[in-house]
Amino acid sequence: MSHSESHVLNELHTQSHSDASHGSVKDYLIGFVLSIILTAIPFWAVMSGTLSKPTTFACVVVMAIVQIWVHLKYFLHLNFTTEDGKASSLSFIFSALIIVMVVGLSVWIIYESNAMMMY
Amino acid sequence: MSLFGKLSLDAIPFHEPILMVTMAVVVIAGALIAALVTKYKKWGVLWHDWITSIDHKRLGVMYIILALIMLFRGFSDAIMMRAQLALATGGATGYLPPEHYDQIFTAHGVIMIIFMAMPFMIGLMNIVLPLQIGARDVAFPFLNNLSFWLTAGGAILINISLFCGEFAKTGWVAYPPLSEMSFSPGVGVDYYIWALQISGIGTLLTAVNFLVTVFKMRAPGMRLMQMPIFTWTCTWANILIAASFPILTAVLTMLTLDRYLDFHFFTNEAGGNAMMYINLFWAWGHPEVYILILPAFGIFSEIISTFTGKRLFGYKSMVYASGAISILGFIVWLHHFFTMGSSANVNAFFGVMTMVIAVPTGVKLFNWLFTIYRGRLRITVPVLWTLGFMVTFTIGGMTGVLLAIPGADYVLHNSLFLIAHFHNTIIGGAVFGYLAGFAFWFPKAMGFKLHEGWGKASFWCWLIGFFVAFMPLYVLGFLGMTRRLNHTNNPDWNIWLYIAFVGAVIIMFGILFQVVQLIVSFKNREALKDTTGDPWNGHTLEWSTSSPPQYYNFATIPHVHDIDTWTDMKEKGQAYQQQASYAPIHMPKNTSAGVMMSACFTTFCFAMIWHIWWLAIVGVIAGITVFFKRCYTSDVDYYVQPEEILEIESAHNKSATTFNQGKEFSA
Amino acid sequence: MSATSADINIINHDAHAHEHHDTGGDTVFGFWLYLMTDCLLFASFFATYAVLYMNTAGGVSGKDIFELDFVAVETAALLLSSITFGFAMISAHAQKKAATLTWLAITFAFGAVFIGMEIYEFHHLIAHGNGPQRSAFLTSFFSLVGLHGMHVTAGLIWMATMMFEVSRRGLNPATVTRLSCLSLFWHFLDVVWICVFTVVYLMGVM
Repeated sequence: MSHSESHVLNELHTQSHSDASHGSVKDYLIGFVLSIILTAIPFWAVMSGTLSKPTTFACVVVMAIVQIWVHLKYFLHLNFTTEDGKASSLSFIFSALIIVMVVGLSVWIIYESNAMMMY
Repeated sequence: MSLFGKLSLDAIPFHEPILMVTMAVVVIAGALIAALVTKYKKWGVLWHDWITSIDHKRLGVMYIILALIMLFRGFSDAIMMRAQLALATGGATGYLPPEHYDQIFTAHGVIMIIFMAMPFMIGLMNIVLPLQIGARDVAFPFLNNLSFWLTAGGAILINISLFCGEFAKTGWVAYPPLSEMSFSPGVGVDYYIWALQISGIGTLLTAVNFLVTVFKMRAPGMRLMQMPIFTWTCTWANILIAASFPILTAVLTMLTLDRYLDFHFFTNEAGGNAMMYINLFWAWGHPEVYILILPAFGIFSEIISTFTGKRLFGYKSMVYASGAISILGFIVWLHHFFTMGSSANVNAFFGVMTMVIAVPTGVKLFNWLFTIYRGRLRITVPVLWTLGFMVTFTIGGMTGVLLAIPGADYVLHNSLFLIAHFHNTIIGGAVFGYLAGFAFWFPKAMGFKLHEGWGKASFWCWLIGFFVAFMPLYVLGFLGMTRRLNHTNNPDWNIWLYIAFVGAVIIMFGILFQVVQLIVSFKNREALKDTTGDPWNGHTLEWSTSSPPQYYNFATIPHVHDIDTWTDMKEKGQAYQQQASYAPIHMPKNTSAGVMMSACFTTFCFAMIWHIWWLAIVGVIAGITVFFKRCYTSDVDYYVQPEEILEIESAHNKSATTFNQGKEFSA
Repeated sequence: MSATSADINIINHDAHAHEHHDTGGDTVFGFWLYLMTDCLLFASFFATYAVLYMNTAGGVSGKDIFELDFVAVETAALLLSSITFGFAMISAHAQKKAATLTWLAITFAFGAVFIGMEIYEFHHLIAHGNGPQRSAFLTSFFSLVGLHGMHVTAGLIWMATMMFEVSRRGLNPATVTRLSCLSLFWHFLDVVWICVFTVVYLMGVM
C-alpha cells in the first residue's frame, strides 16, 4: 500500500466514522421541539404561580434534568453504540458524578456550618 | 497610575542581605551557564532540540530538570526554617524576621507541591507512558510542549517574586480573609495566584492530552486491562487532574475577582463567606494528594515486579483499588478543616470516608508484599527506595487514620503532628516514589545507568534524615507546638527542634549525594552505558526500545498479547527482530509556538501582578496571535524515511543481541 | 516463517492507522474531555452561588431584579442558535459550503442577540447600583452568569474565525473537525444555560 493511498483511506475512515455520530435533521428537530416544551413548562409554572411551591420546585428540577438529557442525546449525540460514543458518554457520567458530589457536599457542609453559627 | 503600575525600584529588596546574596548567586550561576553554552556553541542545540521540542521524552527530561531545580529551592527554604526554629528558642529571635519567615514557609509549600512534585510526576509520565502503551508520541504533541512551558512560566514567576517584590505570607493555602486585599495589600498573594493559575492550566492540558493518548493510541491488541500498571495509575491521576484542577482554577479566579475588582466572594463584608474558599480549595487539594501518590504507587509496582522477576501480584485489584481511591478521594476533603465547626453529621461522614479510603491503599501494600513473597528480590537503588517507602508510608498512613477521627483532630489540628503526618506521606510516598522512578528509568531516558554506590548513600541519608527530622515533629505536636511559629519560648520543645534540624542536615547530604551521583555517573557514562535498552530485564514495552529511545519510539508498532508485553515477546523470541524493510513514519515537527505563547502569558501574569494594565493587554493579544498563527500553520509534520529507520534499528538490534549473546556465553 | 510475515503485515497495517497523531476523532474526543473539565469549572461557580445567594447584605435579592420574560427571550435566542448550528453541521458534513456559511451566520446572529441582552441586563443592574461589588449575592450572580456569557463570547469569536476559514479554505477535513469542536462547545453552553436559568432565574424568583 503506497503512502498516499493509506492517507486517503485514513481520511475516509474518519469520515465514515463521524457519520455515525453527527445527527440528522430529524434528530435536531425532535430535540428542538422537546427542548421548547421542556423550557416552556417550567417558565410557565414559575411565572403563573398556579402550582404550589414544592410542586413548582419539583417541576423545575425534573424539567431541567430531562432537558439536559434531551440536549445530550439530540444535540451532543452522546450514545452507547459506537466506541467513541461510549468513551464520551462515560466521561460525561463520571463528570456528572463528581459534580453531584462536589456541589452537593459543598452545599451541605456550608449550610450545616451556617446553621451552627445560627445564621 | 504610572507607566509601570505598582512596580518601582523599591520592589528590589536591597535591605535584605540574604536575598541579595541569593540573587548574586543566581545571577553568577546563570551567567556561568550562559557562558558555557556560548563557549561550546550549544545555543542552537538548546533551542532546536530541547526548548522547541515536542518529543515527549525530551519534555519529560525538561520537566524533571525543572523539578530538581525546584527541589533545590524548596529544600533551601526548608533548611532555613529548621535553622530558624533551632536558633529562635528561649526568647531569641533567630535570623529570619517574621515577614520574611512567613514568605519562606508559603513558598516552601507551593514550590514543593506545585513546582517540584507535580513536574517530577508529569516528567516521569511523559518519558514512560507513551513508550509503555506502544505509541509514537502523545495525542497532541504541541499541546504537551505548551503545557510544559506554562508550568515553567509559573515556576519563573514564583522565583521572580524572590527578587522583585515579595511572595505571599499566608501559608501555601492562602486562606481568606487574610489573603484578601484588606489584609494582604502587597503583591505577594498576586504572585501566588498567577503562578498557580498558569501552571494549573498547563497541568490540566497535560491531563487531557494523556487521557486521549491512553484511550486512543494504545498499540493494537492492548486492551485497557492489559495496560502496564504505571500507565493505569497515571491514567487515574489524570482523571483526577481533569476533575479537580478546574476547581482550583475557579477558586483562584474568585480570589482574583475579590482582590482586583472588589467582589465579595470571601470577604468579611457584604455577605462573603471565607469558608467557601477553604471548602473549594480542599475539594481540589485533597484529590491533588492522590494525584501525587497514585503514579508513585505505579512506579513501586513496576519496580517490585521487575526486580523480583515476577508478574505483579493482584494486577486487577491494583487497578480497581486505584479507581476506588480516585472516586473516594473526592468525598474526604473536609478532613482538612474539621475544626471549622460544621455539624457532627458532616464531620462524622467525612471522618468515616477518610478511614474507608485507607482500605484500598492497604490492598496495594499487600499486593507488593505478595509480589516479593518467594521472589528473588535484587536489592538495587530503586528497590531500596521502594522498601523505604513501604515502611515510611505505612507509618504516615496510620497517623493519617488518627487524624481522621474528628475528636482527635480537634486536638491535633494545625499542630506539628499534622506537619509530620503529611511529610510522612508526601516524602515517604510521593518523593521516594519519584526518586525510585528516577533511578529506574534514568538509563532509559539518558542511555547510561546511575552509579549504585552514591545512589545507596543518598537513599540512606534521605531515609535516616527523614526519620530524624520528622519523628520529633510528632512529639512536638503532642507537646502542643503549632505550625508556622517564627520563634518559641518553651524549654520542653528545644531538644526536639534541635534533633529535627539535624535530620534536615542529613537529608541535605542525601540531596548532595544525588548531585554527586549524577556527576559521577556522567563522568563514567561509557562504563555505565546501557547497550541493550533493557538493563533490568524489564517487563513492559519501554524496555524494547534503545536507550535513549529512537525519536520515533517504535519502528513498527508491536502487537500486544499480554500485560507484561516485553517479557512475552522475549519468551516467544520476538524481541530485537530485524526487518528487511520499514514503512515511513509520520512525525510532528518541533515548534516554537509553545514557548512563545507561554512567554506572552507569563508576561501577562507579571503585568497583572504589578497592575501594569497596558502590558497585560499586550501580553494577552500577543499570546492569542501566536496561537492563531500556530492554528493556521500547515507545515507541522514530516515523514521519517525507511533507510534512516533501517540504519537506526539495525544498530540497536545488533548492540542488544551482541550484548545478550556475550551474557549467555559468560553464564 | 509465513506466520511471522503475516504478523508483520498486520502490524504494518495497524501502524498506518495509528500514525496520524492528530486525526479528527482524537481531536474531537480531546475537546470533549476539555469540556468535561469546563463542567467542573461551572460546577464550582454554581456551588458558590448556591452558598452565597441568600447573602444580600441588605441589598436586592433575586426576586427583586430578575425579569423572567426577559430571560425567556434570551433562552429562546440560545435554543434557536443551537438548532441552526445543528443545520450548519449537517451542511458541513454534506460539503455544502454556502449553506454552512449561511447557517453559521444565522447562529452568530442569535448568539449576538443573547450576548447583547445579557450586556443590557448587566448594564441595567450596575446603573442602578446593583453591581457585583454590592453584595455576595450579586458577586456570585454576576460571576456565574458572566462566566457563561464570556464562554458564549469566546464561542462567537471562534465562530467568526471559522466562517472566515470556511469561506477561504472550504470544508476540508481539518476545518470540519474544528467545526465539530465548536459545535460541541456551542451545544455544551446551551446545557449550562439550562442549569443557569433553572438554578439562578427560576428558583431565584420562586
